[in-house]
Amino acid sequence: MTVTRHPTRRDVISGAAVVAAAAALARPSLAQGTPRIAVIGGGFGGAACARALRRLDAKLQVTLIEPNRTFTACPFSNEVIAGLRELSEQQFTYDKVAADGIAVAAQAATKVDAQARTITLSDGTTLPYDRLVLAPGIDMRFDALSGYNEAAAEKMPHAWKAGAQTMLLRKQLEAMDDGGLVVIAVPAAPLRCPPAPYERASLIAHYLKAKKPKSKILVLDAKDSYSQQKLFEKAWAELYPGMIERIALSQGGRVTSVDPATNEIVTDFGNYTAAVANVIPPQRAGRIAEIAGAADRTGWCPIDPVSFASKLVPNIHVIGDAAIAGGIPKSASAAAAQGRACAAAIINTLAGKAPATPRLDGACYNTVAPGYAFSLKGIYQPKEDQYAEAEVTTSPVDAPREVRQREADQALDWFRTITGDAFG
Amino acid sequence: MPSALINVPAKAKRGSVIEIKTLMSHIMETGYRHTASGDAVPRDIITSFTCRFNGTEIFRADLYPAIAANPFITFFTTVNESGKFEFEWIGDKGFSETAQASITVE
Repeated sequence: MTVTRHPTRRDVISGAAVVAAAAALARPSLAQGTPRIAVIGGGFGGAACARALRRLDAKLQVTLIEPNRTFTACPFSNEVIAGLRELSEQQFTYDKVAADGIAVAAQAATKVDAQARTITLSDGTTLPYDRLVLAPGIDMRFDALSGYNEAAAEKMPHAWKAGAQTMLLRKQLEAMDDGGLVVIAVPAAPLRCPPAPYERASLIAHYLKAKKPKSKILVLDAKDSYSQQKLFEKAWAELYPGMIERIALSQGGRVTSVDPATNEIVTDFGNYTAAVANVIPPQRAGRIAEIAGAADRTGWCPIDPVSFASKLVPNIHVIGDAAIAGGIPKSASAAAAQGRACAAAIINTLAGKAPATPRLDGACYNTVAPGYAFSLKGIYQPKEDQYAEAEVTTSPVDAPREVRQREADQALDWFRTITGDAFG
Repeated sequence: MPSALINVPAKAKRGSVIEIKTLMSHIMETGYRHTASGDAVPRDIITSFTCRFNGTEIFRADLYPAIAANPFITFFTTVNESGKFEFEWIGDKGFSETAQASITVE
């Protein structure tokens, strides 16, 4: 066919696309070089993914990008708030991860160019990749709750990322007079570790019962129901009668604004002044997900459930709390399971094979007092483009204390296993 | 626990705009659902919400099955004199609830 017409703007654009495609093809193909996989975020999901990649294919060049040299684990950090555990027991280094042959870059990723397949680090260096796994966890939305911003978090700690915030809340509880009101503000779903606000209320009650027995806890909740609710309510009636009050969404529990100057917390139907205010704000995927273009308007990252591939940007996978993963709760063990499944999917994709359909395990232990815990264990599988619960087992509501004791022991074993898998 | 929650400012300046918030605990059963054995679950919704100020209707809403449980209705009005707001919810199966709140205009 002879081209007789003048080139239109559409022709020019599609011509440019052809050039870009040709440039992409001109790269050394994956089969020839050693594939370079970058993982941003060294939490349970990122560390599990990086290690699984190396285990599945020792030739892969795997780089883990994580600015913190020490990881501070969220599971069991409610025990730290209640003075039952030290923060150092929550902390792990990346030495063993590096010993697996993974390059650990102690830098923050500041930019991702999905077209050029490069990451810019905080020291200005550029890192090229063939595949990128984003495991950035969560960031607080400091624009979502009137009066609550980064400065307010120093007065009304969220303690929803373990570390300095955890210790701040603990010190405030230790400094509080007997008879004080502790308010825990809980956001609507989705949030990291959905049952954790109630575990926290339980363990704070444990501390107050022993040290400041006239004090009370008020949970202001933007949800009506929550995970393992019957188990928590039974435990509260048994262990902490009259100490914990919860106002659910339909009783006006949604917090609409806070004032860090006065420690006042306002709901649609009431005002409360806290001695200690633990304000857990709405959350979103870690900032780098948005920078990379992997987060949608909800602030979270839509993924293909089989491969964890981003639905928005090519050659990028998203795992853990940042991903929209249907029925899978945003938990440490689910993130680690996703990390391992994502690694397997990447290996298959690099080999030109279709990824296998994952079957993910997640476990979640809630400790309401020393020696008293219960759990939810789930198996999750993709169903119609989204993860669904295939099987969920929750501890029985009516069980003798020996069962709760056994689960408390299992919870500690679970923590040793999951941190050992990721960092040991 | 009270079935109605009301938030009316205790005081306001004459002529100023105030926000009124209400929440009524109600199942809002649509009438479109069936039980496991196939029986239709009968409709049970609030059908009408009314607010009167010193006896005069100032706000009304009709509610339909698409409205979620525990209807949360909030609206703005102006006040020129002190007085009493009266709220009324009417629905299926003879449902009827009232609530009231006073305001002082300065």
